Amino acid sequence: MTPLTGYLLVAALLFSIGLAGALTRRNAILVLIGIELMLNAANLNLIAFWRYGPHPEALTGMMFAIFSIAVAAAEAAVGLGLVIQIHRHAKTTDLDQMNRMKG
Amino acid sequence: MSLVFYILSALTVAGGLAAMLLKNMVHCVLALTVAFAGLALLFLNLDAQFAGFAQILVYIGAVAILVVFAILLTRGSETPQEGIFSRTWQAGLAASAAVFAVLGWAVLHSMSQLPHETAMPDVNVRQIGQSLVGRYVLPLEIVAVLLTVALIGAVIIAMQEKEEPK
Repeated sequence: MTPLTGYLLVAALLFSIGLAGALTRRNAILVLIGIELMLNAANLNLIAFWRYGPHPEALTGMMFAIFSIAVAAAEAAVGLGLVIQIHRHAKTTDLDQMNRMKG
Repeated sequence: MSLVFYILSALTVAGGLAAMLLKNMVHCVLALTVAFAGLALLFLNLDAQFAGFAQILVYIGAVAILVVFAILLTRGSETPQEGIFSRTWQAGLAASAAVFAVLGWAVLHSMSQLPHETAMPDVNVRQIGQSLVGRYVLPLEIVAVLLTVALIGAVIIAMQEKEEPK
């Protein structure tokens, strides 16, 4: 097994853990945490391909990972703001109880 | 495959699993911080120093703290009586297991085609900075605009609504 395969398998496992959390947890904040884990697993893939791929001096994978980190930070801020506003409105963060869109 | 890689990946996966399985949400965020730290160490292990330290600064320093604030503001640390998993958890678990099976199969069956350069990349922060303001200046500007929009948008979304005039 080459090192790149190991990193890709760890990233796949982490992505699946994040997906399972995002699909099964009731709390909206934990769904966001699952999405963060999935984004991080993708970043690990990008960095691993940058390290073991040809032309690392072009910095493509590294730049992609850095921009992905910035976008994930923006996503977390907006998502948590939305969760706080929904909690203020519906008095719950339980996704199973949020079953109507009417205000 | 070195011993360091096995230790770091075990730490990261254990942190991720604990973050998704624990009952108390504050404990979940602590486990998530462990997973982020493990990922940052994996980045450092991959000779990506800049990305590793950016990971520590952005995720452990900002995102984890933000999630803790959101949990405390929504009183999410109380465990709900109905359990922590949704009613359709079997379907979610099956979907993610299927995704992992497909990803693992794809990785293991393309092993011979994957690139495998052993030379250590000779990249320092100066080169990263120069390509950020050189070749990647347009994405950098777009990310700057995105972060500004997200900052203003998050403040507006989370702002207390004014009482309706009667």
